[in-house]
Amino acid sequence: MRIYFAVFACGLRRYSGYRAATAAGVFTNSVFGAISALVLLAVFAARPHINGYDAADAVTHVYVAQALIAPVAIMGPQLDLAERVRTGDVAIDLLRPAHLAPWWLAHDLGRAAFGVVFRSVPTFALGAALFPLVLPGDPVRWAAAAASLVLAVLIGFGLRYLYALAGFWLLDARGVTAVAVMVAGFASGQLLPLVLFPDPLAALLRALPWAGLIQVPVEVFLDKDTLPGGHIAGGLAFQAAWAAALLALGALLTARAARRVVVQGG
Amino acid sequence: MADPLRAYALLAWTWCRALAQYPLSLALLTAAQAVAVAAELAAVMFVFTRAGELAGFGAREALLVYGLAALAFSLADLLLGSVERLGEHIRLGSFDTMLVRPVSPLVQLATDQFSPRRLGKAVPALGAVVVALAGLDVDWTVQRALLLPVLVVSGTVVCCAVWVIGACVQFFVLDAREVANSVTYGGQALTEYPLAVYGRKVVYAATFAVPLAFVSWQPALYLLDRPDPFGLPAWLRFASPAVAAVLCLAAAAVWRTGLRRYRSTGS
Repeated sequence: MRIYFAVFACGLRRYSGYRAATAAGVFTNSVFGAISALVLLAVFAARPHINGYDAADAVTHVYVAQALIAPVAIMGPQLDLAERVRTGDVAIDLLRPAHLAPWWLAHDLGRAAFGVVFRSVPTFALGAALFPLVLPGDPVRWAAAAASLVLAVLIGFGLRYLYALAGFWLLDARGVTAVAVMVAGFASGQLLPLVLFPDPLAALLRALPWAGLIQVPVEVFLDKDTLPGGHIAGGLAFQAAWAAALLALGALLTARAARRVVVQGG
Repeated sequence: MADPLRAYALLAWTWCRALAQYPLSLALLTAAQAVAVAAELAAVMFVFTRAGELAGFGAREALLVYGLAALAFSLADLLLGSVERLGEHIRLGSFDTMLVRPVSPLVQLATDQFSPRRLGKAVPALGAVVVALAGLDVDWTVQRALLLPVLVVSGTVVCCAVWVIGACVQFFVLDAREVANSVTYGGQALTEYPLAVYGRKVVYAATFAVPLAFVSWQPALYLLDRPDPFGLPAWLRFASPAVAAVLCLAAAAVWRTGLRRYRSTGS
């Protein structure tokens, strides 16, 4: 177990090295947030209520989504594992006295932990300074939001781990990853809240794992009855189920993939 | 003048042939660009379907504005998008290699990893413009027909210049690639919607500070023959080429300043 804590610390330290990049990321997330927020304010000025959202909910959605970009890594960075599969360095990873998936999970959790503190919190705070945002009213709901964030990070890892594993079959996972990133932005509610989508499409996307990255955490934060089961617990259960399914699939495919590795030695 | 262009074409073609060695990846990367356009366009359409009209613009007008913005942005991305990796080249030392070669470093930077995959975005964007213009009741005069390509090229040049200026920030702050994203990708996100949606302050800023209004907003007002909702003069619609030229001069000046200030990272 200690080894995974060490890897976690590595991930944390690695991303803490790029201070200017972190500040630049917060700035960019805030600018994108402001653009989306202004569009949505115009929409809600024309139609004050859409599927349970009002203007304040929509702007809160935008900034929670911008705050989640870094920890759930919806637009990247991808796991280093993908590049290591392409170059063959993954052979070294497989020789380590640690399992592949937990190793990279620990590393990614380190990255996410750094992201929450230095990307999510400042981005959301800037949003709150610019626009009136809705905040959870009591400590229980804050705890639920925190749990939802952790589950979103796990789903984010589960998806990116699968993209990286695709490299074992395709040799180059970049094409798959590029398509997946675009799908994720759309299907998660990051580009636009799913409440604005046509209802049948929204219903479909709400059943897929990407909803667990942004839309469900936002609705847990806002305590919306559009969550699966109509309450926060249902939303958390939805996320937990997808996280478990993705991690299980990842573990299953890791065993398959490891058998495909051919190590050329010299 | 001819020399940098020839070098550009040669280097771009070299990268195209290199990428053709991984045909599946190239096809998927192109598909990803097309998916991106589809997703963005769907989002814009969902917004207008829910709202009906925003700032006097309906879904069809919005399609035109989106198409113009996406077309200019994706052409600029195709031609010059690679400049955003300047910081990476500086860090790895490969920028020094570019400086000793007898070809303009800007050409080398712009063609580095040149990828035809970005056509996956430009082609659907052009389709959106055509569909929008066909569906709208545009008063087609000779002047409009002749100015349409001029406005598209001007918009593309504006995007290119913004891209170069954004990349040059990395001469001064090495890790700041993401800051440039807020004006490049952020600029695209902004210009995808009719600017009037954002209100007067944003329109003024996008006209006089970072002139992204000339990418899609002013051309759309001209093509649709709409009065400016904020009372800005009508001649601004014809100012796109001049704005593009001025912005190019600014980009060249910033690039030269950055280059002069550049000190290698060392060994």
